[in-house]
Amino acid sequence: MSNKLRALKAEMPAANPIIIDDEKCIACNKCVEICQVDLFVPGAEKGESPLVLYPGECWYCGNCVVVCPVEGAITLRHPLMNQARWVAKSDLLKKNK
Amino acid sequence: MNENSWPYPLEYDKEETISCEVLVLGGGIAGCMAAIAAARDGKEVVLVEKGATKMSGAGGSGCDHWESAATNPCSKVTPEELTQSMMDDNDGYNNGISHYIECREGWDCMLDIEKMGGKIRDTGDEFKGAEFRDDDSKLMFAYDYENRFTLRIWGSTFKPAMYKELKRLGVKIYDRIMVTSLLTAKNGDEIQCIGATGMHTRTGKFFVFKSKSSIMCMSRPARIWLFSAELPGLAEFRPTQCIGDGHAMGWRAGAEFTMMEKSVGAEFSAAGRSYPPYGAGNNHNTWYAASMIDATGKEIPYADRDGNILKTVSERFKPAKGQKYFMKGGNIDDANYEIDGPETLSLDKFEHGTYKIPLYADLSTLPEAERKVIWGMMIGEEGKTKVPIYQNYTRAGFDPEKHVLQCYGTGWRSGQFLPQERQLFGLPGGFMNDWQLQSNIKGLFVAGDALYASNCYGHAAATGYYAGRHAAKYAADAEMKEPSISQIENEKKRIFAPLKNNPAKSIGWKELNMGIAKTMQNYCGDVKHDELLDIGLTVLKEYEEDILSQTFAYNPHELTRLLEVFDILTNAQIILLASKARKNNSKSLCFTKAGSADEKTSEKKLIILKNEEGEIKQRELPVDFFGDLQENYEKHNTDYLKTNSHVE
Ligand SMILES: Cc1cc2nc3c(=O)[nH]c(=O)nc-3n(C[C@H](O)[C@H](O)[C@H](O)COP(=O)(O)OP(=O)(O)OC[C@H]3O[C@@H](n4cnc5c(N)ncnc54)[C@H](O)[C@@H]3O)c2cc1C
Ligand code: SF4
Ligand code: SF4
Repeated sequence: MSNKLRALKAEMPAANPIIIDDEKCIACNKCVEICQVDLFVPGAEKGESPLVLYPGECWYCGNCVVVCPVEGAITLRHPLMNQARWVAKSDLLKKNK
Repeated sequence: MNENSWPYPLEYDKEETISCEVLVLGGGIAGCMAAIAAARDGKEVVLVEKGATKMSGAGGSGCDHWESAATNPCSKVTPEELTQSMMDDNDGYNNGISHYIECREGWDCMLDIEKMGGKIRDTGDEFKGAEFRDDDSKLMFAYDYENRFTLRIWGSTFKPAMYKELKRLGVKIYDRIMVTSLLTAKNGDEIQCIGATGMHTRTGKFFVFKSKSSIMCMSRPARIWLFSAELPGLAEFRPTQCIGDGHAMGWRAGAEFTMMEKSVGAEFSAAGRSYPPYGAGNNHNTWYAASMIDATGKEIPYADRDGNILKTVSERFKPAKGQKYFMKGGNIDDANYEIDGPETLSLDKFEHGTYKIPLYADLSTLPEAERKVIWGMMIGEEGKTKVPIYQNYTRAGFDPEKHVLQCYGTGWRSGQFLPQERQLFGLPGGFMNDWQLQSNIKGLFVAGDALYASNCYGHAAATGYYAGRHAAKYAADAEMKEPSISQIENEKKRIFAPLKNNPAKSIGWKELNMGIAKTMQNYCGDVKHDELLDIGLTVLKEYEEDILSQTFAYNPHELTRLLEVFDILTNAQIILLASKARKNNSKSLCFTKAGSADEKTSEKKLIILKNEEGEIKQRELPVDFFGDLQENYEKHNTDYLKTNSHVE
């Protein structure tokens, strides 16, 4: 897509829950068929990766990742505001000695 | 892809009619088990599911503990005791019938699911010798290790196994079809359910399903108060498409509902205020009994129900002195004294400066088996944890032996909500049922979370199987009826009307859902006022009469989402009406009405509402209307008791 067309069309969604790696995806559409929310559509041409049409509707169940036959072709990512923090316990203890 | 073209054929003008003996509406846990039971009875079964049956529904991605399996070989409690505890814990406001079925038949279901290919035992001996494991049967337990009625299970294997069994039994599965209405016929004063209508969520094709009996398995309402237009999929705990269509179409058809005035302050939602379920620090449910530490690394002790500090981790899984058994660790929902389990000391201590915030869940100091069963087995098998929590956190470097996970709320809340943000959670209202799990509409059976005061996977499976049996029996004597043409034509008109509008001027599903949610926050918040409830009803009536006709959807997918919000509107109206009908405050219903007195024990009753062609009818029943549980169960299930198992 040209940058000009991009500039006209796009609005970044509040989250990008599903990231498909076009290099790895074999366009089997297993993710499309398992998603209960039905947020994907298959690629328009044979061999094209699915399209995440309704990212906001994702329930973050991970079923699409579970059924994908290719390791790493599809990734699920929580939005930033939903990413929990963890710390090394040793750091807590050190800080409070 | 050509950005202007919809990838599926558009078939709004096409129609297909399908006949069967037993029609199952919704293919989640209850729906799958219902279809399996009816098919094993030799009936021709059709199952209609909005998503993809193989992994749809709240339990489709997993489930890590199965509650109340009172008849498992290691259990030391009886179904009667356990159901009574559940009733008492809610001052009677609980579904005695359905929970007795859960306690009585849950274990049969589990064995059945195991035969289908689900994993219910530690067959790999990963946890051999652990305190929570019975080394003979290889079953693993949660919470009360002495009484052993809640099992840890590998729930992500269950749904695919059920799906295989459905196929094997020849159940006809129709995925990607949203059921939109019930087809009914009148027989004197009686209403009968004779099928349903549906719409394909990708093509818009219209479906008519004709049946002798039907089973409602579409879970419960959601997004009544909580909504996020940016992240609607995170607005509630249950799956995006599970918003209680079944309740709305049941109401329109004249079904009875009870306890619909019950809602709780939001606790499990992920949009904005909270974090992914089971993905932030806590010590409940999946995470029971993780150690909790404060910001300095100091451990917050566990205490029993009498406040005695527990010294060992092992004691967190034992009943208190003089206590027969406990249901769950901690006062998640303010458990009553009888069944209250161990919990970390209450937080008022830390408000006085004893502990520093934030708190963290700490698995590092637990015995190895306890740590591994939480992080790796439970987190992994619980719904929505395998990929987003277990795999993603591990990949990002989380190590339960080293790291502690931050808490963002108290109890199992992972966020703080406003008082007007409410949810149907923790045994909310729903369809009223009899001992067959039949509704007042003849031939319409109900199972799972659609029932009033229902909860949990084991409950959904057991009531599903039970309703399937009874619906099959009903179908054996019922006649097939032709639905009325006008009912079908009116339904088509209703669901396809939004397509004709002009998008430039119209209202979309998100705007409508947001409007409803705000209305409910304004007029049906934590404290109910009759005057406000009336305004709420007026506003929603205006939506119904003026706004619905101005809505628009671009394609069948959006139309599905829009029709869902139409149903949310109906459900919100039921809740307002039920809130008006209850006059007194009731702690167990989490119900407070301004200027009202607390209900007295003698006033405890179920208020049951239905819509009779636009007129609201109300009746009342004592909360324990179902009589002696064991006696009535046995009276209504003589056939099942003869074989006492799920046989093919
Ligand atoms: C993340 C998570 C974790 C959980 N963990 C546990 C646990 O560990 N232990 C436990 O006991 N319980 C657990 N539960 C609860 C348990 O999963 C539910 O109680 C159970 O799945 C309810 O079963 P059900 O069949 O009533 O509903 P569901 O399984 O949700 O199924 C409802 C089905 O109806 C379909 N449907 C809805 N509307 C329509 C329509 N209009 N037309 C057609 N189909 C429709 C849906 O797509 C869905 O497939 C958990 C729930 C969640 C969300
Ligand atoms: S995580 Fe679940 S809801 Fe989201 S796209 Fe994947 S399958 Fe669909
Ligand atoms: S399942 Fe995996 S490989 Fe198949 S289409 Fe989806 S992302 Fe591509």
